[in-house]
Amino acid sequence: MTDMHQDTGRQGTDAGAADAIDSGTAEAFLSHDESLRHAPGPYFGSYGGRWMPESLIAALDELQDTFEKAKADPEFTAQVTELNQTYAGRPSLLTEAQRFAEHCGGVRVFLKREDLNHTGSHKINNVLGQALLAKRMGKTRVIAETGAGQHGVASATAAALLGLECVVYMGAEDTRRQALNVARMQLLGATVVPVTTGSQTLKDAINDALRDWVANVETTHYLLGTAAGAHPFPSMVRYFHEVIGEETREQILEQTGRLPDAVCACVGGGSNAIGMFHGFLDDRDVALYGFEAGGDGVETGRHAATITLGRPGVLHGARSYLMQDQDGQTMESHSISAGLDYPGVGPEHAFLADIGRAKYEPITDAEAMDAFTVLCRTEGIIPAIETAHALAGAMKIGQRLAAGLEPGEQAADRVIVVNLSGRGDKDVATAAGYFDLLPDESAEQEIAEEGEQL
Amino acid sequence: MTSTVQSSGPGATGSRAAAAIERARSENRAALIGYLPAGFPDVQTTIDAGIAMARNGMDLIEVGIPYSDPVMDGRVIQEATVEALSNGFTVSEIFAVVEGITRSTDAAVLVMTYWNPVMRMGVRAFAERLAAAGGAGLITPDLIPDEASEWLEVSEELGLDRVFLVAPSTSPERMRSTVEASRGFVYAVSVMGVTGARSSVGAAAEAVVAAAHEAGAERVCVGLGVSTAAQVREIGAYADGVIVGTALVAALRDGGVDAVAELTRELSSGTAHGSAGGHP
Repeated sequence: MTDMHQDTGRQGTDAGAADAIDSGTAEAFLSHDESLRHAPGPYFGSYGGRWMPESLIAALDELQDTFEKAKADPEFTAQVTELNQTYAGRPSLLTEAQRFAEHCGGVRVFLKREDLNHTGSHKINNVLGQALLAKRMGKTRVIAETGAGQHGVASATAAALLGLECVVYMGAEDTRRQALNVARMQLLGATVVPVTTGSQTLKDAINDALRDWVANVETTHYLLGTAAGAHPFPSMVRYFHEVIGEETREQILEQTGRLPDAVCACVGGGSNAIGMFHGFLDDRDVALYGFEAGGDGVETGRHAATITLGRPGVLHGARSYLMQDQDGQTMESHSISAGLDYPGVGPEHAFLADIGRAKYEPITDAEAMDAFTVLCRTEGIIPAIETAHALAGAMKIGQRLAAGLEPGEQAADRVIVVNLSGRGDKDVATAAGYFDLLPDESAEQEIAEEGEQL
Repeated sequence: MTSTVQSSGPGATGSRAAAAIERARSENRAALIGYLPAGFPDVQTTIDAGIAMARNGMDLIEVGIPYSDPVMDGRVIQEATVEALSNGFTVSEIFAVVEGITRSTDAAVLVMTYWNPVMRMGVRAFAERLAAAGGAGLITPDLIPDEASEWLEVSEELGLDRVFLVAPSTSPERMRSTVEASRGFVYAVSVMGVTGARSSVGAAAEAVVAAAHEAGAERVCVGLGVSTAAQVREIGAYADGVIVGTALVAALRDGGVDAVAELTRELSSGTAHGSAGGHP
């Protein structure tokens, strides 16, 4: 543990969270026929809002107004659907993973194949939607933040497709470690700006993107990559990812004739998870699980398990769970997965955690890499390391479900859906380094030691 | 928003920030407001520099709490606050800084802070300690009145100033509600951007000040980009106060407390007699 004075738990120290649990449980919501779906924001319980400089409020208002009108405009929704179908490759498949399921207590496991989308992850859903909104607002330039480069690549892709200028902020250290993703963004016509301020990580890339936005808001849309930030970003980013859950619900009913017992997704900022969960929020018998990055183990202090160990605070425009020290300074997160390496989490997840509708658990780097290998070898699918956290979680949940069977029930009566949020091509060097698959003194080994995620 | 009195107006009884600005106005000049981040390079230097500012012509002192994610700050202030944090600054030390300056001078001292450190300590606990240390109130760059219900209530109770920001992008409706929620003065952001010296603050600043006055603000002070006596003079012709930050931080970095004192004297020449305008 470091000298950062991180709180080891939230229980008993924050009256707000306890109150929220008492006053509105998921059970209370659902038993009164209140829907949890399509929550419009700005608040999700006591979370969300607009903790932002006044200079940006007009831009947020403009975005919210444009988004509301676009949602109600059949021309816009048709545009989104068409791009999803003819460019991104939707609907993505739902694949039953029979050999992987043997590692999940024998329950049936289905994988929602967001890895098969163009650019290799769920990220494309959000960037296409937001880039279309940028055009509707008459903006000619989009900016984005990126950690490993996935959202940066997706943003550069959407900008190229729609003829927008694109600038991506990326921690200076990450630009060196992810040199190939920097090249990929540049090939797509984007400018990558190395961020040398603060801790030079993803959160500082967001800070610099916000500074750019304040100065250039007339011409520029901030294409935020996750379901966090100030209103309307959390509900808007979720809206563009709701297609994941909607397709999955339809597909699982078609393939099994029933709803799943559990739905699993990984959670960094939480965009793939919220999109997937949304399809099942009002199905009270479907358990929802979000798996956070436990890094070296939550007891070590080197992790990114924001909901598990953080406490409410404000960062980047929203009130939510936050990894912070006793002074309210943001702490650095740690994870083998760059995409989960963020000290905050989307406000709707904080709310779903408090009311008990979704459960959030940490998965360590080691557990994730184990699940990564299992999926590679049982299904012939190399998952993103982010996604491997959801797979490790599914292995645990499957075993729990199998252990809780009543006499006469079979494990195969239970069904789990996992959001396979991205493919792992980018992670091959990291994984090869982790499993020591590279010859000594090879160029690839050097790259792997640097944490390169190709 | 609560239904508290419109307290940036003449009825701002007990507002130390208002009193400091009114004192300058009575001398027929705009108020001069100087910013330094606390703990850069250490707490004692901040106190010494604050006292030096007060004794050399600064009407109001603004001390900042170094924060891990300062989205409204440019490079110079970011580097100073990173150094303060790496030198071990803790949030509770802000009260020692405030007390150290107010004990030795008559200057009103405001704390400039991003909101999470306050939220983490608890709004009431923070406010009570600030009041006990002799602080005038808070400037809150990432807190808008819409999210400030607890702070509105506690600050009213303790008689602390609430300085919210308005910007060139602020709508007339938001201008009215922000002016109404403010106490002491309204902070007019001169340009769309972050802190840092600029050769010109541009025409937007004058328009923001006019809009704030029109919305009922009695005291409007301009910040962001101001670094020279000439700019202070130019802005002082239409604003009630002028805020200088980055230039003072750079002076402290490069020349210590003496350089801060010297720059303060130079800047205050920009508010010399006859430069006051501003009053609507």
